[in-house]
Amino acid sequence: MSEIIQKVKNLSVGFKSQKGHEISILKNITTNIKKGETVGIVGESGSGKSTLALAMMGYVKQGLFKMGGECIFNSFNLLNMNNRELEKIRGRKIAMIPQNAGQALTPNLKIGYQIDEALKLHTNFNKNEREKKISELLNKVRLPSPETIALRYPHELSGGQQQRVAVGMALAGNPDLLLLDEPTTGLDVTTQAHVLELLNFIAKDTGTSMVYVSHDLGAIAQVSDRIIVMYSGEIVLEGPARDILKRPIHPYTYGLLNSIPKLSLAGLPGSMPGSQPQPGTKKEGCSFYDRCNLAEEKCKKNSPDLEYINELKTSVRCFNYKKLLKDKSKKQLSTSRNEKNIKINEILNLTDVSISYAKQKLLDQILNKITDTNPTVKDINIDINKGETIALVGESGSGKSTILKSIAGLLRTKEGNIKFNQDRILSNDLKKRNSSDLRAIQLIFQNPDESLNPNHTVEEILAQPLKLYFGLSGEKLKNNIIDLLEKVRLGKFYMTRYPRQLSGGEKQRVAVARAFAAKPDIILCDEVTSALDVSVQAAVLNLLQKLKEDFGTTYIFVSHDLAVVRAISDRVAVLYQGRLCEIGPSKNVYKFPSHPYTEVLLGAVLEPDPDIKPKLVAEDIVEDKPPEKGCCFQGRCPRILGDKCKNETPPWQIGDNGNAIRCHINIKELENIQNGN
Amino acid sequence: MFFLIIKRILLGLITLFIVSLITFVGTEVLPGDACTTYLEREAYGAALEACYKRLGLDIPAHERYLSWAYNVIQGDFGYSLSGQMPINEVLGPRVKNSMVLASAAIIIGIPLALILGIITALWRDKLPDITISTVTIFAMTIPEFISATLLILVVAIWLEWLPGIVIVPTDVTVKELLPNIILPVIAIAMIMTAHMARMVRSSVIQVMASDYVQMAILKGVPYWKMVFKHVLPNALLPAINVVALTIAWLLGGVVVTEVVFNYPGLGRLVIESISNRDLPTVQALAIILASIYVSINLIADLLTLMLNPRLKTLQIRK
Repeated sequence: MSEIIQKVKNLSVGFKSQKGHEISILKNITTNIKKGETVGIVGESGSGKSTLALAMMGYVKQGLFKMGGECIFNSFNLLNMNNRELEKIRGRKIAMIPQNAGQALTPNLKIGYQIDEALKLHTNFNKNEREKKISELLNKVRLPSPETIALRYPHELSGGQQQRVAVGMALAGNPDLLLLDEPTTGLDVTTQAHVLELLNFIAKDTGTSMVYVSHDLGAIAQVSDRIIVMYSGEIVLEGPARDILKRPIHPYTYGLLNSIPKLSLAGLPGSMPGSQPQPGTKKEGCSFYDRCNLAEEKCKKNSPDLEYINELKTSVRCFNYKKLLKDKSKKQLSTSRNEKNIKINEILNLTDVSISYAKQKLLDQILNKITDTNPTVKDINIDINKGETIALVGESGSGKSTILKSIAGLLRTKEGNIKFNQDRILSNDLKKRNSSDLRAIQLIFQNPDESLNPNHTVEEILAQPLKLYFGLSGEKLKNNIIDLLEKVRLGKFYMTRYPRQLSGGEKQRVAVARAFAAKPDIILCDEVTSALDVSVQAAVLNLLQKLKEDFGTTYIFVSHDLAVVRAISDRVAVLYQGRLCEIGPSKNVYKFPSHPYTEVLLGAVLEPDPDIKPKLVAEDIVEDKPPEKGCCFQGRCPRILGDKCKNETPPWQIGDNGNAIRCHINIKELENIQNGN
Repeated sequence: MFFLIIKRILLGLITLFIVSLITFVGTEVLPGDACTTYLEREAYGAALEACYKRLGLDIPAHERYLSWAYNVIQGDFGYSLSGQMPINEVLGPRVKNSMVLASAAIIIGIPLALILGIITALWRDKLPDITISTVTIFAMTIPEFISATLLILVVAIWLEWLPGIVIVPTDVTVKELLPNIILPVIAIAMIMTAHMARMVRSSVIQVMASDYVQMAILKGVPYWKMVFKHVLPNALLPAINVVALTIAWLLGGVVVTEVVFNYPGLGRLVIESISNRDLPTVQALAIILASIYVSINLIADLLTLMLNPRLKTLQIRK
């Protein structure tokens, strides 16, 4: 048995409420981190996972305080040490890799300086040795030309590069323990897969112990030896990663795994009702009682202890875990989507749409000359049928949101047109669109915190479209609002609430209700579930599907998450740098032959299964601008043919399964290579 | 970068042009003029005509504006109507006096504001913060004519330590001026320091809560090193513009304080020339004060641009 380097004993952390009550957000946590192992801590937002990780560095956020227990690293009792003593341990023995490296690197200091600072503090190297070490570290995290990177400021690097710098900086002090707080959240899928692969390599190479905190079971599955599942400030399940992912014996973990959409599985993920209790609201009984489908009378009054099961080497906090233990069926519950054949009845046609962010120079405007030969979005041709869900997929910068904005009229197209209902072309200028066209197209945004006016009650928010488009008032208006709330499964009493009094999932429901209030023909969904926890995401996806079946609405669904897209959409369009790469029925896009870019994206998807490893095919480079000519993906394509791809725009080829791919490689040949891999 | 400076200077010149136009039109539409004020009851008939002729007020307004503007560009503001001497000569010593007052206030006020702001932020909600914050909020809320009057009452009248009002000729030397300016400087610096200290405090607090400061702590950077390397450079950048506005306000607009202390600076001249209907002087003052504002803000913007690596590269990329 290898030696324990971090011991957390009965740790409770909390805050004082305005009324002076002590409210705990970490309750009696006990766990050990062994030398050389990687422990994943997983939980939804508010479960206390980050607070736990920070406590392992002897750091308690402002406003919080230790209520009891201790964190012992080697022989140091971290939470009893003063700052001067902690400075000698932080960065040297225990290092942190932060969530958002872009914000965690000091903006006014060069990369080289920030790494040098860590080296100066924690090593005895002289100046020359340090300079060499900086290059070495940047090389280790696989950044190109370390010497030039060291001279840059943080904002001059891409998100993935910033995250690599943060990893390099953490390694500067040669720590025994690395704490990673959501290190890949917010990165593109391909970048995320690359950073995880790097972390795995470093864990093996240096033998460092790692604590990996994330809400993403897919990422946790790729790196961890052991997993701790947290719920409402408690450990509810702890054990070997494989067992926990393959056979979760706590109902929460079971539900969580169930609510993650998977590439291999058609249909919508099963959702878990309710949400995590707010700290301080739950007085007695099991904290998962309200959402649990195994709950019994005794769960209401008594809270279960964390019980260690010897034969499984797993600890679980549940009275009824044996029920799940017996459940041998590995099948994931999922509601199959009603995939009735959509009739060809086009409702929206995008024809040769180009959109440019470049400002036209005054002189060119006067001469009516088109200057931007290389617009952000170019040559988009998509015909969308009534009642269909079409998804636009791609990494950041692929132009997917830009296209949505143009359809909504928020952004002018530069060329091409958007035709609605086969008979009229939607005006480029929002002010020139008539009321019924505006009503017909509604938007749901990514972040409900920002899309709902914080000074309006839910009633006022929902009343606006009803008044504007249908001129409702009085009793009629009120009944309509109650109706809408019912449709998104919110009670009547939500009417008087303000957005800040709602949880993330509830807010997004209100946003959905607002979109449906206009009785639209088309709803544009811009990353609508990206800001939500997985269990809430599943519920929102199910709700959207239900509403669509009831009303026959057409969705245009933008997402970077291929698995979510697989779950909800009928057709998928894959975009790279504002150009279409592939379009086809969603059940076929994920099968070969695929456009090489789709292949790269699919390879990078992280499944919550330790046996499915991501396949990293292409280099992780960020391209600023689409290429002037040739194929849009030429810069990163692993299957590039040569000059042909660089000079000629590839033709559309249609496969046997109705999948259209824009590539120079013959579609049959492509299928053979891809399946041969 | 070079392009940007040129662009900003041009914009500044346009601002000045608009200011000159507004003051000219404004003084023109007001009832009464220099001659009616000067002649008082005799302002009629031949005497008035002669006065108009002498001062050139019989020429149409737009022509007067053009010839005035032409002269201003060459640095000649014309003749003061009431003082009967070149405005340049009237302004010279006044500008110097105001500069002395302003620089004394700046030299004391800005470092003090920075120190107080940083102390209050670092010891947030502790005793040093509570004491200093109470005092600064107090200093901010009392209007300067009250604090100035109180200062005169206590220091000059009760304690008899310093002169209460400034009784010196306008063209006095700096050395003679010095003991007289102590009280006005205190009155001005109080408000200015309080404003800036509050601003620095909130800026430092904001940066202290940022991810990168938490990261620096978790990296093991010692406290004071973290404050000087990671916090202050980022917290003080936005303060530059506030400091610039304060300086501009000091150089031109401390009218009330100057009047209370009878200080022979630009501010008092503004009041005097307005009540005398001395339009050329009012116009000259407007132009001078506006150019001080414009140029100080320009300098502040360029300074921010130079010190902030983020903005610097953005500009270069453009």
